Amino acid sequence: MDFPEGYKYTRDHEWVRMEGDTAVVGITAFAQSELGDLVFVDLPHEGKTVTAHGNLCVVESTKAASDVYSPLAGKVEAVNQALADDPGLINRAPYTDGWIAKLSGISESDVAGLMSAQEYKALLGK
Amino acid sequence: MKRTPLYEEHIRLGAKMVDFAGWEMPVQYSGVIAEHTAVREAVGLFDVSHMGEIWVTGPEALAALEHLTCNKVAALYDGKAQYSALLNHQGGVVDDIIVYRVNSERYLLCVNASNAEKDFEWMKAHNHTSAKITNESSEWGQIAVQGPRAIELVAPLVRDHDLSSVKSFHFVETEILGSSVIIARTGYTGEDGVEIFVRANNVANVWCLLLEHGASYGVLPCGLGARDSLRLEAALPLHGHELGEEITALESGLGWIVKLDKGDFIGRKALEVQKSAGVPRKLVGFALDDAGIARQGDRVTDTVGNTEVGVVTSGTKTPTVNKAIGMALVASAHCALGANLSVTVRGRSIRAHVVPLPFYKREKRH
Repeated sequence: MDFPEGYKYTRDHEWVRMEGDTAVVGITAFAQSELGDLVFVDLPHEGKTVTAHGNLCVVESTKAASDVYSPLAGKVEAVNQALADDPGLINRAPYTDGWIAKLSGISESDVAGLMSAQEYKALLGK
Repeated sequence: MKRTPLYEEHIRLGAKMVDFAGWEMPVQYSGVIAEHTAVREAVGLFDVSHMGEIWVTGPEALAALEHLTCNKVAALYDGKAQYSALLNHQGGVVDDIIVYRVNSERYLLCVNASNAEKDFEWMKAHNHTSAKITNESSEWGQIAVQGPRAIELVAPLVRDHDLSSVKSFHFVETEILGSSVIIARTGYTGEDGVEIFVRANNVANVWCLLLEHGASYGVLPCGLGARDSLRLEAALPLHGHELGEEITALESGLGWIVKLDKGDFIGRKALEVQKSAGVPRKLVGFALDDAGIARQGDRVTDTVGNTEVGVVTSGTKTPTVNKAIGMALVASAHCALGANLSVTVRGRSIRAHVVPLPFYKREKRH
């Protein structure tokens, strides 16, 4: 299982990749594997204000719906519309094409407080 | 937690295991969508060893079963199976079952895993004949082989019977790898296929043979996830969802297996009354008109959204149909095909309408 360096991770199994001042957010390879094949993503609205550990969106497998929490406080600047037609992008490419949202107005110290790939792997016992 | 004789095989195949009614069972191996698709297009293998096997034997076996079950057991002959149910006195469904007539004094009942112990106790308590009722659930394993290529896969492994000539809801007693098996042309996926009853100590051998031999047919081991999405597309009811002791057999659409004219049986009186009065609610299929997925327990309301008219019993977005669909118990006045409804999904009202069942029906091959 892959946990790219340079990404930040949360205990709730989300990842963050910084693009300038914007935080790109998704779920980890571990999370998608636990959830199984996704068939629906209830995407957040652009402009939605989110809090750290607050609800970002809901992803659904054939079996169940699961909350995805926002790793950071901020505002949803963009969402990955490709997930509306192809939720399986999250399963196939969780760190790239399967991104969920881009957040603006975030605090750098919040980002610094998230886990490194090493720390996240240690959390998973890998 | 209980484990089937195939537990080690599931681990070896990398299955994700979950707790299902006290059983540690594979929910998926390669992925629900791949497994679901394999069953629709080729063939899939399911460990259903958790299902219960209860025998009813003796000269009064038929009399006992006519009283305990709602379908007409006398219509069976040797080698014929029948979908049926154990009802309570209110006409609610204690369990839905398949009855297999081996001979006039030996009947096998296949019952749901979560209900096996309850069914056994219920049957013993309500048996007023000399028939012997035996719970052999722990002595049997069961493998379901399902999909358009299922018969091709299994037939060459059986020497003394032509499996392709065994009709739907019929079965044969035969051997695989020198082990006695019962092979029934039944299933829970909406596809052609068989269910193989094997003694517990031989299940792993038969499973491995089927996997090995099935490789050239595109076989995949399939978990409970695909089993659920497949049965839902085929609109096959699941006890604990569409069926339950608080829902009568008529309400849940089992009227076709309730034979009110066969003589007395448990639940008959209540169902006669309900039939003449009309059922207050019915099981219907629905499709969501807007984005979202309805799940069991979600409220169904009228389109205005303030009058509750029912409840979702099962719902998902399934691989073959690729739409958010489900089944719901709905007040009879709102059950007409095309009727507009609203489903409350995580606090949000989503428009839906009543559609015909099943959602998926296989093309008959000639």
